[in-house]
Amino acid sequence: MGRDQSGATGVIDGLRERIESTRQYDSHPLVTAAAVLVAVTVISPLLWLGLRAAAVGPTEAVSILTASSTMQVFTNSLALVASVTAVSVVLGVPLAVLTVLTDLPFRRVWTVALALPLVVPSYLGAFAFVSAFGPHGTLAELLSPVGVTIPTIYGFEGATLVLGLFVYPYVFLTTRASLLSFDARQLEAAQTLNHDFRSAFRRIVLPQIAPGVTAGTLLVAFYALSDFGTPAIMHFDTFTRVIYVQYNNFGRGTASLLSIQLLAVTALVLFLESRFGSGADSGDGYGGGVTGADSPITPLGWAKVPALLFCGAVVALTLVVPVAIFGMWLLRSGPGYAAGGFGFEWTFAINSVYIAAIAAAATVLAALPIAYVSARSDSRVGRLLERSTYVGYAVPGIVLALALVFLGANYLPWLYQTLPLLVFAYVVRFLPQAVGATRSSVLQVDSELLGAARTLGETPKGAFRRVTLPLIAPGLVAGAALVFLTTMKELPATLILHPTGFTTLVTYIWRVQEAGYYGRAALPALVLVAVSALSMILLLRQEGDNA
Amino acid sequence: MRNDTPELTRRSSPTADEAEPDTEAMLTLDGVTKRYGADTAVDNVDLTVRDGELLTLLGPSGCGKTTTLRMIAGLEMPTSGRVGVDDECVAADGDGVPPEQRDVGMVFQEFALFPHLTVAENVGFGLDDWDAEDREQRVTDLLDLVGLSAFADRSPDNLSGGQRQRVALARSLAPEPDVLLLDEPFANLDIRLRERMREEVRRIIKETNVTAVSVTHDQEEALSISDRVAVMSEGQIEQVGHPETVFEHPKSRFVADFLGQASFLTGQFGGDHINTGLGTLPAELLQGLTTDYDGARLDVLVRPDDLRATPCGDESRGGNGTLVGRQYTGPSFVYAVELDTGDVVHCEHNHASELELGERVTVDLVADHTLAWYPAE
Repeated sequence: MGRDQSGATGVIDGLRERIESTRQYDSHPLVTAAAVLVAVTVISPLLWLGLRAAAVGPTEAVSILTASSTMQVFTNSLALVASVTAVSVVLGVPLAVLTVLTDLPFRRVWTVALALPLVVPSYLGAFAFVSAFGPHGTLAELLSPVGVTIPTIYGFEGATLVLGLFVYPYVFLTTRASLLSFDARQLEAAQTLNHDFRSAFRRIVLPQIAPGVTAGTLLVAFYALSDFGTPAIMHFDTFTRVIYVQYNNFGRGTASLLSIQLLAVTALVLFLESRFGSGADSGDGYGGGVTGADSPITPLGWAKVPALLFCGAVVALTLVVPVAIFGMWLLRSGPGYAAGGFGFEWTFAINSVYIAAIAAAATVLAALPIAYVSARSDSRVGRLLERSTYVGYAVPGIVLALALVFLGANYLPWLYQTLPLLVFAYVVRFLPQAVGATRSSVLQVDSELLGAARTLGETPKGAFRRVTLPLIAPGLVAGAALVFLTTMKELPATLILHPTGFTTLVTYIWRVQEAGYYGRAALPALVLVAVSALSMILLLRQEGDNA
Repeated sequence: MRNDTPELTRRSSPTADEAEPDTEAMLTLDGVTKRYGADTAVDNVDLTVRDGELLTLLGPSGCGKTTTLRMIAGLEMPTSGRVGVDDECVAADGDGVPPEQRDVGMVFQEFALFPHLTVAENVGFGLDDWDAEDREQRVTDLLDLVGLSAFADRSPDNLSGGQRQRVALARSLAPEPDVLLLDEPFANLDIRLRERMREEVRRIIKETNVTAVSVTHDQEEALSISDRVAVMSEGQIEQVGHPETVFEHPKSRFVADFLGQASFLTGQFGGDHINTGLGTLPAELLQGLTTDYDGARLDVLVRPDDLRATPCGDESRGGNGTLVGRQYTGPSFVYAVELDTGDVVHCEHNHASELELGERVTVDLVADHTLAWYPAE
């Protein structure tokens, strides 16, 4: 009996030792506390939004929400979501199939070029299309002498066209991911079983990529709901545009109620996305071993030229048209053109870089404890902390900006219209990007290295400084760079929260766009296109590192 | 070791090898060539596979065997040459009938089962133009044939490797193809399952009486399942024949080497005998040796199972060689003996033996068949 007991204690001691040896790499309580603080802070704007909405009386709230104008906004938004989703599928699925399964020439180049619109803010596209095809646009100017008038670009059709062209990459990329994990030998198997390509595609490929396509369409739906720039430029009354108009006209109660309604719809979309989205990467090609190199490629044959024209047309509309339009405006603007109240000043660019740099540093600082805790511990707390940062993704920019306006106006007037509040908005919006980059680099640090440092006499703090930090530095820098570039082109929060007199590239573009002086925006718009291309390169490099 | 293989007894005797085919040709390749740019993957291949026969293309990786198979399936088109299935030309000089219009079934190396369909739906996939009742019956029959009736409604994800292979086999047999192709069918199975599946697959193929062409780089697999073996090297067929013939009388050193541990005895032909490191061998022992070669130097092929080494006791002279290596393979020992002439040969003993390295031994020829030989290099 006595021996048994001592045996049992021995086992328990051994277990305790093991548990403690893993705990030794766990994060310091202070780090966890910092992570919790950051998480609570980034979630807080939702609370202020709720408080502001609650301040509207119940009867008034019901009458606002049931007003025919609100219904119209709701219908408009859903119609836009439906049409943009349809355009995205029509563009994204065939392009994904062409770049993965067929012998389309220059597939790698096309893949990058076709994914690029994802990082170009759609308001730049909308702006380019309006200045090309709008009433006072380039095309109208060219055609008016010969008496031809073109149909208006404004409204539902224009918003659908532009949003569709700039968000289809979500469908393109998720479909590609499904196709890449799809074992293309199945197509050959189907062919030896008496099915031609078309029938094999319908029976074998489509059912297997359906989850990926669905995930992409839900992302598209989410983006179409929360995008502010395109509907605003296209004068189409969706949630985001009406919220902005109401806010400007001091209908802040209405704006907050609409925001909450919009949040509910986006929450539904995101919920569906979390249900179906996971299906996108579960299409395992069991049997394995089929790599890109030896997976069979379907020859296009006579369809090669039409396929190339299709890819070329999409790239022309999304990339060539904006760059060409901006470039043309830039060349046209002679001396003196920049005069007047709308003149471009280089301080705008400096302001953009300045605020983006601060935002990048602040975001990475806030991301570090969360990334560290969630990577180092597999607990519920760790996961919860990481999820809390998703608020930045889930809340449309215009809603977040509005929430912070309420915070400033009602509780912290000294913060209202200051740079710190703007920086805070950026931190909330882009925290997920920084956490993602940092977390994956923390995960790559072998915890045995910390153990080694400890056995060599370092304190936990010293081990972090001398071992972890140098190893995760590239991840931190990548995260910071991504946040920097994304901040440069952020529209809704910048527009609503920028301090009076603090003009950035984005607010300048918006001002001249609203005034119709398209030519003035050529240079800043081109700068933002370049910024977009840079962030694409960063994203591709990150993807390469993770692979 | 070869004698353990039960298939040997089922086959026709090796002497029928050179005889005229007793059944008509189901598949013919006529000067089939495939080039990728400057590289020639398959070089002027002629091959005839008879109705109901199981032929294996055997060769090292990159020898063109899989490309040949894919050209028969229609997944690749030959650059030149002609492919005929059941007297119908399906490919000629760079153009041909697409795979879905050929009566050719194929079992893929990774099986390529459709993961979103059930086992029964996979098997019925190629039966679209059958009416529902016949289709159902055919699927039932085939699942029965491969012993998977109980798995009809399962998803392929939940099957073991051997079961997946049987589904793949049933699926490709379902549309009653004229020719069944198997691309390295056992490569994805673990080694113990592999041996069982060889017998199983041969049984199913023979039961359906389908003409089959399989591809492998595993000589044991080729010898054990095939009616005939075609050995390929660098895009060309080196030799076609019954497994025993190809193994015992390889036409080239490459075939001899590829099919199993080959050693060569250098010898001098002297009219009715050959002088070798094993002593004097009668000329009749060498297949097809004529007096035209009188006085010539030859290399005689001997395999480990053709030789036996016996110790010479304590006496340090005597015997005809010295033991220089030994390898334990489980069922047997393989000894390397350096003969006094300088040739190194291998002897296989299937019992534990007490030979030590450095020991003097006498190596004797115990082959019960004629030996292959090549003019000395």
